[in-house]
Amino acid sequence: MKIAIPVDVNSIDTTVCISFGRAPYFMIFDTEKGNSVFLDNSAAASSGGAGIKAAQLVVDNGAEVLITPRCGENAAAVLFAANIKLYKSTDAVAKANIDLYLISKLPILNEIHAGFHNHGNN
Amino acid sequence: MKIAVLSGKGGTGKTLVSVNLAAVSGAADYIDCDVEEPNGHLFFKPQKLFAESVKLKIPVVDYAVCTGCRECVEFCKFNALAYIKKLIIFDKVCHSCGGCVRLCKYKALREQDKIIGNIEVGKADNVTVYTGILNVGEASGVPIIRRLLSLADDCCDTFIDCPPGSACAVMESIKDADYCALVAEPTVFGLHNLQMVIELVKLFEKPHGVILNKCAGSPNPSEQYCIDNNIAVLGKINYDNELGAINSNGEIAVNAREKYKTLFLSLLNTIKEAQK
Repeated sequence: MKIAIPVDVNSIDTTVCISFGRAPYFMIFDTEKGNSVFLDNSAAASSGGAGIKAAQLVVDNGAEVLITPRCGENAAAVLFAANIKLYKSTDAVAKANIDLYLISKLPILNEIHAGFHNHGNN
Repeated sequence: MKIAVLSGKGGTGKTLVSVNLAAVSGAADYIDCDVEEPNGHLFFKPQKLFAESVKLKIPVVDYAVCTGCRECVEFCKFNALAYIKKLIIFDKVCHSCGGCVRLCKYKALREQDKIIGNIEVGKADNVTVYTGILNVGEASGVPIIRRLLSLADDCCDTFIDCPPGSACAVMESIKDADYCALVAEPTVFGLHNLQMVIELVKLFEKPHGVILNKCAGSPNPSEQYCIDNNIAVLGKINYDNELGAINSNGEIAVNAREKYKTLFLSLLNTIKEAQK
């Protein structure tokens, strides 16, 4: 099974990125192989709809679980359609969250925010 | 002449200025482009002439025809489409470009009207009042602003009451303006927001000047900035309880007191001179 996490850099000791849609990379951890690969997030530079495109990327790469500090409603609609399970990251280090998930110590992500569209710029 | 009244933040006095300039100028069009919270009509109390809804074209998919090729998903630069077992369309992210519908070689997509708000046009004495109203929950008022501005005729002066800020809706509002009047507060915060709109009007190469509102005799960072940067000050409106009270009662100041009529007439003349 594959687990996706939005991350700041493409190395195994990376921190979790505070944004899902605009994270520079996704770390995809394969529980069977026990290794991680890093995807460039092509949605990061989008002028809009980054969450939708990032969610599509995560789904297309076969993730079944997403660990993220937060998630917007559009991204959530895509992830839910693909039956991806959402968990909330509780540690700043990405790998630590995977370890917590594997021992069932991560909370489910309940709050879905309405997005940061127009980022208060109106 | 089209005069846009704008400011980097809400509450600086855009509506006060644009309503009173329109009221004092004889025959005028007043266009309320602040479609998220239009309030100019509260002052004019216009007699309704007509209303119309503003529609957008949104794609709808025929799932029986869609093959899941995902070309439309890749194409949409606004990322309004996703494909998870079937096509998902995000109406509120869609910019109604129609590209996906034209692109689909299987003709699985067609366009459908979606109402996002409406426009009301009314008359108050010599002023024609155009009000745009964006429905709650809609993402962008730009299509309403575009329609509003296309309705106004060129036979008289037009006063455009812009939305606050310096984002897309403001750009759409000032696009065809001949002059931009920037309303600024006498605070450090007010100056910061003034700088944002100055940057915007310079980008659009619009002739512009600043109206200093709520002047209280104390040091005015916005005024100092205008002096230091050689930006025209069109006039000053003092911090004034009486003006505040008239405004709060939904009255038009130039109709209520002769002294405000003098003030706004002088402001209007300064703007017209500056625009020449």
